[in-house]
Amino acid sequence: MQAALETAGEKTRAAGATQIHRLTLRVGALSGVVPAALRFAFDALKGESPAATAELEIENVPAVGWCAGCAAEFDVAEINYECPRCHQPSGELRRGREMDLASLEIS
Amino acid sequence: MCQECGCSKPGPYKIDGRPTEPHTHSHTHADGTVHTHSHDEHDHAHGHHHHDHGHDHPHQVLNLNTGILNANDRAAEQNRGAFKALNLLVLNVVSSPGAGKTALLTKTLNELKGRLRAGVIVGDLATDNDAARLRTTGAPVVQIATGTLCHLEAGMVAEAMKQLDLRALDLLIIENVGNLVCPASFDLGEAVRVVVHSVTEGEDKPLKYPPMFHSADVVIVTKTDMAAVAGFDRELALKNIRQASPRAKIFELSARSGDGVAAWCDFLVALKTGAATAG
Repeated sequence: MQAALETAGEKTRAAGATQIHRLTLRVGALSGVVPAALRFAFDALKGESPAATAELEIENVPAVGWCAGCAAEFDVAEINYECPRCHQPSGELRRGREMDLASLEIS
Repeated sequence: MCQECGCSKPGPYKIDGRPTEPHTHSHTHADGTVHTHSHDEHDHAHGHHHHDHGHDHPHQVLNLNTGILNANDRAAEQNRGAFKALNLLVLNVVSSPGAGKTALLTKTLNELKGRLRAGVIVGDLATDNDAARLRTTGAPVVQIATGTLCHLEAGMVAEAMKQLDLRALDLLIIENVGNLVCPASFDLGEAVRVVVHSVTEGEDKPLKYPPMFHSADVVIVTKTDMAAVAGFDRELALKNIRQASPRAKIFELSARSGDGVAAWCDFLVALKTGAATAG
């Protein structure tokens, strides 16, 4: 979260703005971070930053795997990395590891 | 609190299978207007619009789509480039506290003597006890004390490796802080991520910590000499590991008895010579 706030502050200053109204993060199901922990960290850290009064939005991204055999994506639900078509397990993830700063609303 | 990931607070959690109360947020505008609303993690459309209030400042939306951990990822790529230039095989070894990383590595270093020249970077919040244990093998060891941080970062590794003569090494083992959560998110530039799982931890760790296990190139089941005492269900554990870590090679060994250690060390030598691949 510290890294997110630092990046957000840099981008805000670079755009000639001083205040962040809304900060949107995109968090994958297998990113290893939990949204409530991000909220806690955000509330603890935002004080001195341009995001002191900002609203935190978190977009959740479900995990999506890729089956090379079927050349198709499949939903990874409940830690099941098995392709539902051919039942081969796949270690390749297409989505679900995101930990991105998606957008900022600033002025 | 870990300031990178805020990991000391629980996520959207459940009690007896039921979700807990949703969050409430307050949001104060520059003109003093305060909004308070609640929503759960999946509700993004909560009907909250600034422009109903006649602001005198224009809001601008920046679409960034940049990774939060870009700085770490860049540092990790620098490490990876340096390791490749040095033809150095690098392992990032992670586990819960007490799974037996240090015992495994001590045994591994002793077994590899005369086969691979190995060095270690070891991370803990405090003390250099692990480094002292690892140094008994004669291998060069650097301890990183992270203070309060629950994981190693690529920049710390870049600093620590300055203390080692990397050109004199074939293998660099990074023993991460004992933690199955945060280290999953921090690439250190390693070629092989090794997750250590001891039989005394039961069978369901892979299902409880999916990001870490999913990122594993190798899973080592340790303390196999204690399996009977611990009532360890080997078949169930292997099934869970294969489910959570579909790419990983699995080794079963005991650092204490030495069972299975040869296969693990042979694998490292084969990795180094290019006779085997990981992940």
